[in-house]
Amino acid sequence: MATDEMTVKARKQPEPKLTGAVHRSRPTLDRRYLPVLGTVVVLALMLIIGGSRYENFLSGRVMANLLINNSFLIVVAVGMTFVILTGGIDLSVGAVLALSTCISAWMFVHGWPAYVAIPAAILAGALIGWAVGVMVHVFEIQPFIATLAAMFLARGLCYVIAPESIPITDPTIVKLGTRWDLGGGWAITPSGVIALAVVVVAFVTLHYTRFGRTVYAIGGGEQSARLMGLPVARTKVLVYVISGTCAGLGGLLFAAFSSSGYSLTGVGMELDAIAAVVIGGTLLTGGSGFVLGSVLGVLVLGLIQTIITFEGTLSSWWTKIVIGALLLVFVILQRLLVVRRR
Amino acid sequence: MTGLAQLTRHRLFWPIVALVVLLLASTLKSHGFLEVTVRDGHLYGAPIDILRRSSILLLVALGMTLVIATRGIDLSVGAVMAIAGAVTLTQIASSPDPGAVSTVAVAMLTGLAVCLVIGVFNGFLVAVLGIQPIIATLVIMTAGRGIAMLITGGQITTVTSAPYKTLASGFWLGLPVAALIAGFFFAVVALVTRRTALGVLIESVGINPTASRLAGVRARTIIWTVYVLCALFACIAGFLQSSNIMAADSNNAGLFIELDAILAVVIGGTSLAGGKFSLTGTLVGVLVITTLTLSITVIGIPVNAVSLFKALVVIVVCLLQSPVVQHKLRARRRQAAPVPVEVPA
Repeated sequence: MATDEMTVKARKQPEPKLTGAVHRSRPTLDRRYLPVLGTVVVLALMLIIGGSRYENFLSGRVMANLLINNSFLIVVAVGMTFVILTGGIDLSVGAVLALSTCISAWMFVHGWPAYVAIPAAILAGALIGWAVGVMVHVFEIQPFIATLAAMFLARGLCYVIAPESIPITDPTIVKLGTRWDLGGGWAITPSGVIALAVVVVAFVTLHYTRFGRTVYAIGGGEQSARLMGLPVARTKVLVYVISGTCAGLGGLLFAAFSSSGYSLTGVGMELDAIAAVVIGGTLLTGGSGFVLGSVLGVLVLGLIQTIITFEGTLSSWWTKIVIGALLLVFVILQRLLVVRRR
Repeated sequence: MTGLAQLTRHRLFWPIVALVVLLLASTLKSHGFLEVTVRDGHLYGAPIDILRRSSILLLVALGMTLVIATRGIDLSVGAVMAIAGAVTLTQIASSPDPGAVSTVAVAMLTGLAVCLVIGVFNGFLVAVLGIQPIIATLVIMTAGRGIAMLITGGQITTVTSAPYKTLASGFWLGLPVAALIAGFFFAVVALVTRRTALGVLIESVGINPTASRLAGVRARTIIWTVYVLCALFACIAGFLQSSNIMAADSNNAGLFIELDAILAVVIGGTSLAGGKFSLTGTLVGVLVITTLTLSITVIGIPVNAVSLFKALVVIVVCLLQSPVVQHKLRARRRQAAPVPVEVPA
């Protein structure tokens, strides 16, 4: 699926003006895809290096775990991509994810059934996202500050709801984490399927709907989008609702992963999500990037973790250093691309 | 009426109201809250405690104000604090004489040098390569704590060194040394930016980098300088923090302080969009945040609700300061005020 986006596309050539001029339409790579292509190259390199260094690295089991263990981050990064595409940022996702785990855990303990608790947890995320959207759009508070306040709020609610870790034994949530064997070591869990479904929905929304085009237009220039008569207000609020909803859903996937609701889950996850989006080739200024790139970004982060686990002797802090170094490389590469485009 | 109207329109009005309300609420709950007494030749009391606890955040917010004034942001300050603590304490711990003043001085100079390099690196990414500040500093924010752990070997390095302990716990002329250090740097920055043209130059870069460059302002040098200064102030904050607990905790030193510092700057009325900055505003913002944390326990809000309370105060202050609410308030005031009689010319 990811490769669809990265296929070589012929750039639209202008009609030849002179009748006699021979015009060869050489297939060239659209510049927009270069950052994502960089991510693909890095991912491939990491797979090759890992595969040549360690036995069983390229096995179905490891690759399936890569998807399963990062399913919640994929969902969160997809939501973050919407916000970043409009030129905003969402620092609240980690806290909202924790809030979702806490709310569902609390409701299960107090005897609520899954069909109430699960929508409630997702709705909480959507509500916080809506509040952020209103703060950003109506009150013109910078996204950085508005989502920072939302982060404190969500984290604060977590401490009130679940000061201590609450175990989750609800069968629906447990079922989210059950592995379906696909043979050859490959496996998938319902949470992995949900993550992939979210990616597909986000991809279709961004590229084949009016709303998606408006998101890109706002990132390209909010003033121009408004002058074009696009529904800027509605879209800007909606991207934060989407991000909040994704974080809420991510919380449920995380609950399936950890089988508990705890107020300190997902501390710093917003940075992982932002890093994944940036490594996936989305510009933080907005208007340029792909949701599939963000998925690749999450996989790159996951692979770093996997390689360090396989290496065994490397200490855990190397993960942070490598992620930082990768960020640096990607940021500089993107910058060079922008300069060349001018 | 007009005097009051002018007062409420001042950008520091609501933050100062928040500060006064917090202090009043604390005093109502515990009557001796605002009392300052002299014990063993030192000043004691909650106000002094607020000053001492503010010093770390004030140092970080000071650098942050300058960076934000140039339309930038520095997310790496917390990681820089961790690195400063790690470098300095590792060196003190490995020296034969950890209690000597010279050892501490050399170790601190090494820490400053490392942070200088980080500041130069951040400034290079932003000023020379033209990378967005939030992303450029995200690099060190992510990698920094890893580097700090690399330096300490993943351990929490602890030392016993009397001169180093003085930084955070000592008193001089009855006042806490930490507050004096922060106050000294605050005064220096205020003097240099407000008594020379530097402050105006920084603001001009923040308002329009291209125009200021065309007007002959060395925009690149100024941007580079503020990132270096921000890293150095974060480094000193790192000294105070590690001296406070006499340990270098790479995971938790200065965790999320970048958010508190940015919040303090914004509460103080400096816009994240760059341009005009207010150091007094930042000082008020820092005091609001520190008092908030301290008064929460005094007022008797349960520990679990601390973060919630903080969030609500932040949201209320931000909403009151937002352009829309300010505009509405002003419009209502204009309606209430008597219409000035037009004098025919």
